[in-house]
Amino acid sequence: MRTLAKLSWVELKLLLREPLTVLFALALPLIILYVLGGVFGEEAEADIFRGVGAMSYYVPAYIGLVIASIGLISIPTHLAGYRERGVLKRFHASSVPAWAVGGAEMVVALVIASASSLLLVAAAALVYDFAAPNSLPTVVGAFLLVAVMFAALGVLLGAVLPTARAAQALGLLLWFTMMMLAGAGPPPEVLPSGMRSVGSLTPLKHVIYVMQDAWLGLDAGRSLLVVVVILVLSILLALRFFRWE
Amino acid sequence: MDQTDSVVVVEHLEKRYGSFVAIEDVSFVVERGEIFGILGPNGAGKTTAVECLQGLRHADGGNLRVLGLDPRHHAAEIRRRIGSQLQESALPDRIKVWEALDLFASVVPGGGDWRVALEQWGLDTKRNARFGSLSGGQRQRLFVALALVNDPEVVFLDEMTTGLDPASRRVAWDLIRRMQDRGTTVVLVTHFMDEAENLCDRLAILDDKRLIALDTPSGLISRHATKRRVLFSTDQPDLTWLDSSQHVTAVHRTRDRVEVEGTGPVLAFVAAALIEHGIAPTDLRVKGADLEDVYLSLTGTGRSD
Ligand SMILES: Nc1ncnc2c1ncn2[C@@H]1O[C@H](COP(=O)(O)OP(=O)(O)O)[C@@H](O)[C@H]1O
Ligand SMILES: [Mg+2]
Repeated sequence: MRTLAKLSWVELKLLLREPLTVLFALALPLIILYVLGGVFGEEAEADIFRGVGAMSYYVPAYIGLVIASIGLISIPTHLAGYRERGVLKRFHASSVPAWAVGGAEMVVALVIASASSLLLVAAAALVYDFAAPNSLPTVVGAFLLVAVMFAALGVLLGAVLPTARAAQALGLLLWFTMMMLAGAGPPPEVLPSGMRSVGSLTPLKHVIYVMQDAWLGLDAGRSLLVVVVILVLSILLALRFFRWE
Repeated sequence: MDQTDSVVVVEHLEKRYGSFVAIEDVSFVVERGEIFGILGPNGAGKTTAVECLQGLRHADGGNLRVLGLDPRHHAAEIRRRIGSQLQESALPDRIKVWEALDLFASVVPGGGDWRVALEQWGLDTKRNARFGSLSGGQRQRLFVALALVNDPEVVFLDEMTTGLDPASRRVAWDLIRRMQDRGTTVVLVTHFMDEAENLCDRLAILDDKRLIALDTPSGLISRHATKRRVLFSTDQPDLTWLDSSQHVTAVHRTRDRVEVEGTGPVLAFVAAALIEHGIAPTDLRVKGADLEDVYLSLTGTGRSD
């Protein structure tokens, strides 16, 4: 535990020493909100956006999208870069356990995800009219769950992908695909039904449902279960297949 | 054989990468408290051998023991009790020297104070420097300091002085001797002859995946190096008559500098032949065999100078 705490703290400090990464993490929610939201978020028909209005739909969805960018792109690229450069091998030889390496990534991810999401909600509140959280504790709980899930998925990707380049390419691809198909881009109701069913196979879709359900007091069914299953599987597989070099 | 004092036991080690055999039937024992050298050309399998011992790679065959434990089953416990400086590894570019020491010291509680290591290895002025800004030699010293931070019973140093300037190498040698004085066993992989000869109690020479010699440096020299070299300078263009002098086996010449290879009393015969031909060089001298001669004759590699 001491190692996990130390490593998390060091990793957080390392992140703050990279101004570009920090800038990106803070700019991304604003870009998503004002650009994506500007393009897709203006319609107000009652039969789309789960019947709750565009921005009430999109604010929780964008939180999911921000979290997904950390899990699919930042963490795998970072971990694979460590592997490529021999940092993981150094950790391994010095008895740093794999769970502490993955755990530290998850702690850092949670911190950035929280900062980005707060920024996103604050920025949205300045410009848009959207529903207030149905229950704040439920929203916080849902947020923690989905953030940890995507972080674990990121650790799994980073645990096995050989190079930072490979991780970044795959991460971007997954992120864009999920964004378009899982309802964080165009409203899911306007997608052809084939795309919509592919979309519902993506983790992001379920993450968005969990966030929206918590925020808006809706119930989309088994998404919560899917998120928990992905979380547990990611952790088990990451521990099983973690490669130090 | 009594193995209670054997810190490292290697019996018939085999290691393959796919179908490529990197180590074949290598056996040696490292006793507690000694500085044990592993010497050999690039690609001989030195790194592979020590990384198998640290449980960082899995041996394909043979029997390994480190501190009485099998690295295949007790790698985690072994790694907590040993120190390791890897030939190829890195730290995050933006981590500060003190942060790295502090982090690694926290992994295995009960080690010494990392501030002592910081000072011993001359890194106190670099305490707040980022890893990415350190010179090659400073990085190397940081890695050795990290290897010692858990107060290990045995340390594996893989080419630790590569990249150090001559002065820092001497400092490093002193510190390795100090490790030994404190009772730490040292396994030192190197390709520097002078380092091996000066520092190591015993040496294993690896070449092309096999162990080809194992002895003390002086034992190796007296057993394997019978050649002597006589050196002098002359501007005399024709020295072919030297070839036929007794005990001379070869003559090499680079402009004015001549190197005569021979056996036994070759110096006296070369001197006599020179006088006979009216040459009296002021710098005539004989160079006794050293580890480099042993190494070159055993590994069959060309002169590296
Ligand atoms: N991970 C690896 N995969 C494939 N071949 C390897 C790997 N590591 C080392 N080798 C090969 O095994 C041989 C021994 O390498 P190494 O142990 O690094 O030698 P040394 O440390 O003596 O220079 C070399 O031919 C090297 O190319
Ligand atoms: Mg090597």
